[in-house]
Amino acid sequence: MTTSPIPLLEMRGIDKQFGEVHANKSIDLQLFSGEVLGLLGENGAGKTTLMNILFGMYRADAGTITVEGRTVSNHKPADSLALGIGMVHQHFHLVPRHSVLENLMVGEPGRWGRLDESSARERLLQIGSQYGLELDPARQVAELTVGEQQRLEIIKALFRGAKILVLDEPTSVLTPQQAEGLFQAVRAMVADGVGVIFISHKLHEVLGIVQRIAVMRRGEMVATIINDNNVTHLRLAELMCGRELQPLNKPTISRGRSLLRLVNITVDDGRGHPARLHKVNLDLHAGEIVGVAGVSGNGQRELAEVVAGVLTPSSGSITVGGASVDRANRRAMQGYGVAYIPEDRMGDGLLTTLPLSDSMILPRMHQPPFSRFGWLNKQAIRQFVEQQIEKFDIRGADVSIRAGMLSGGNLQKALLARELAFNPAIVVASQPTRGLDVAAVEFVHNRFLQLRDNGCGVLLVSEDLEELFALSDRMVVMYEGRIVGHEETEKTTPAAIGLLMAGSKQAA
Amino acid sequence: MNQCTNTHEACTISEVLEQVFQVGFFAAMIRVAAPLLFATLGEMFSERAGVLNLGIEGIMLLGAMTGFCAAYFSGSLWLGIAVAATTGIIFGVLMGFLTVTLGLSQHVSGLSVTMVCSGLAFYGYRLVFGQPSQPPNVKAFEVLSVPALADIPLLGPVLFNHLALVYVGFLLVPLAAFLLYRTPWGLSLRTVGENPYAAASAGVRVAWYRYQALMMSGALFGIGGAYFSLAQFNAFTFGVISGRGWVCIALVVLGRWDPWRCAVAALLFGAVDALQLRLQSSGIIDLPYQIFLMLPFVVTVAAMAVLARNARAPAALLIPYRREER
Repeated sequence: MTTSPIPLLEMRGIDKQFGEVHANKSIDLQLFSGEVLGLLGENGAGKTTLMNILFGMYRADAGTITVEGRTVSNHKPADSLALGIGMVHQHFHLVPRHSVLENLMVGEPGRWGRLDESSARERLLQIGSQYGLELDPARQVAELTVGEQQRLEIIKALFRGAKILVLDEPTSVLTPQQAEGLFQAVRAMVADGVGVIFISHKLHEVLGIVQRIAVMRRGEMVATIINDNNVTHLRLAELMCGRELQPLNKPTISRGRSLLRLVNITVDDGRGHPARLHKVNLDLHAGEIVGVAGVSGNGQRELAEVVAGVLTPSSGSITVGGASVDRANRRAMQGYGVAYIPEDRMGDGLLTTLPLSDSMILPRMHQPPFSRFGWLNKQAIRQFVEQQIEKFDIRGADVSIRAGMLSGGNLQKALLARELAFNPAIVVASQPTRGLDVAAVEFVHNRFLQLRDNGCGVLLVSEDLEELFALSDRMVVMYEGRIVGHEETEKTTPAAIGLLMAGSKQAA
Repeated sequence: MNQCTNTHEACTISEVLEQVFQVGFFAAMIRVAAPLLFATLGEMFSERAGVLNLGIEGIMLLGAMTGFCAAYFSGSLWLGIAVAATTGIIFGVLMGFLTVTLGLSQHVSGLSVTMVCSGLAFYGYRLVFGQPSQPPNVKAFEVLSVPALADIPLLGPVLFNHLALVYVGFLLVPLAAFLLYRTPWGLSLRTVGENPYAAASAGVRVAWYRYQALMMSGALFGIGGAYFSLAQFNAFTFGVISGRGWVCIALVVLGRWDPWRCAVAALLFGAVDALQLRLQSSGIIDLPYQIFLMLPFVVTVAAMAVLARNARAPAALLIPYRREER
């Protein structure tokens, strides 16, 4: 942190309410030139709201924002750019069909009414060499890797003269190696006098790069601390969720009989496009959690869908408990005891606009106790749903509430409650903790370990390496539709898995 | 038109071709394409901004009516065009209010605008002219031959011997391409239609751009409609548009949301329409005339189904943009 007397940015008493939800309660925040400030908090703690207010996407109900000593009021995103506030969102704000250069030039004034391509290209090259952020201006954004797209977002902010840069969960889509590249660029920017606000769930990353840490909880700023040697993972996690966390209890148990076997599973469209799954072989035994690592879009989703019976493979064979189930659909797979937690819980999992009870009985509504002779048994449904709400501690829920009204964590609990209610033998879970806060993650993790200890086989697809290392007994790594690595968790490292995820043949 | 020198049965293919593909055919192709070109470019602009404007059919009809009335009473055809364009802008704003400000379904809003406009057109016409036995007409636009250029053999009569509005329509194509691809305004408009959140984070006012695009589309629909009542039929009839607006929606898809390709799509429709007219009047093929009338529509839809299979619409088309979303 520099000793500059005037902070680059000062937010005072920021307050914002959305209907019933008090998203920001009188928040104070300071950012100085040349520092990285970590902003931590669970989901729904109000970080994103605060940043959107800073950027002018939302208007605060109360409070002041000062940039370099000048008070800003009623600003819009356009004004934020002029003030030097740049933001890299979790979901990129890019146009895939436009070129890198076109994405940079949006909102630029141009010259004589025309787009000014040559000066834009020149500035792109200059930023590239200054911060090690290089990109070909002519490439279409759709062709860029996720890491490159993020680079473009950062370039975009610098291109518009950002002095204050907000990075919202920037590493959630990157391999560990790509993340290191990002950190180098951040260091170069900070050395140049930029102030960076770094929002992340990954505590070890935050500790590695930030000078100060601000922690939010339930709309309030609960602590602002200097990142020195006294700051630990555990302390931060406790600040975030306001209570002590129990370390995961993972006893060693011996794995049991084989539950699921995939042999040479291939999924392609038969039209010559690259196969989405290519000759995948996998075994899952009772009492083990097999983690599936990979950068998003390398076939993990398809793998989970094949096992769940949602996607029929083009070739290959599947056996569940010794029985061949090659062309089984989802309902048949459910009959074999395969529970499925889909990646997109709002889209594929639950019916967000209908009463929660409808979502809860969806996969089994055709059978007793929920229906008889084609008639729904309201009494039994109500009883079941109330029981599950209690058992899984789904907060803010009752039988008739619209599922979409629940928070992400509670939605996920509802989905787990539904899928785990009938003692599955195999659980396939895709990104089960994505977007959940620390407490909900803890809940989900404990459930999975419980399942494992009770002799269930769990196939866990995740992009969060920390999670995979904490839970899995074994790990497979997917790259371009193939399984490129198969490791015992205890005998490998995140770096080695990261290399495999990036498609490197030689794992360390 | 030359009739076959022999009897029908003896007409050879080459004779038919010779008869059909004359200078007149190509000139007709351009003539037929021109009004569609206005409407197609208009629809392209609104879809590029992310709004499907199904008000097209109704706005064209209403533009045909208001344009005709203005021209009939003032005696100025160009005033008629201006009034038609203004009518379109007004209903473009209405469409913007429904789909942008209120964020309603673009399909429902567009169909409503078409119904309102069609109703207004019929009602307004009755109000002004009652039910005349002989529909009133105006003195139509006259052909404006471009000096010197019109005398070029073959090319001259095909390209440079048209109504002024035709030239305007075709000059709009490079203009639209320039606006769309070479100006900050166009890049903003395209970004709004692809990813309004990206546009907003770059300081582009999404709603204002969508309104602008809808007003432009309305104006062009109005002009396209007035072309029929002022340049083609010289009168307003209730069937003056009869589905040509809907065809433009298909032409935009066939043209892959690109001004140049949209022009080619409109010319394709024009060519098939000119062809069917010629085939009909030549009497070579003996089929009910309705089959011939159907031809350009069928070919357009078929061409769209085959050629535009992989065409991708602007990504944010049909999706309302909400600023404070939670």
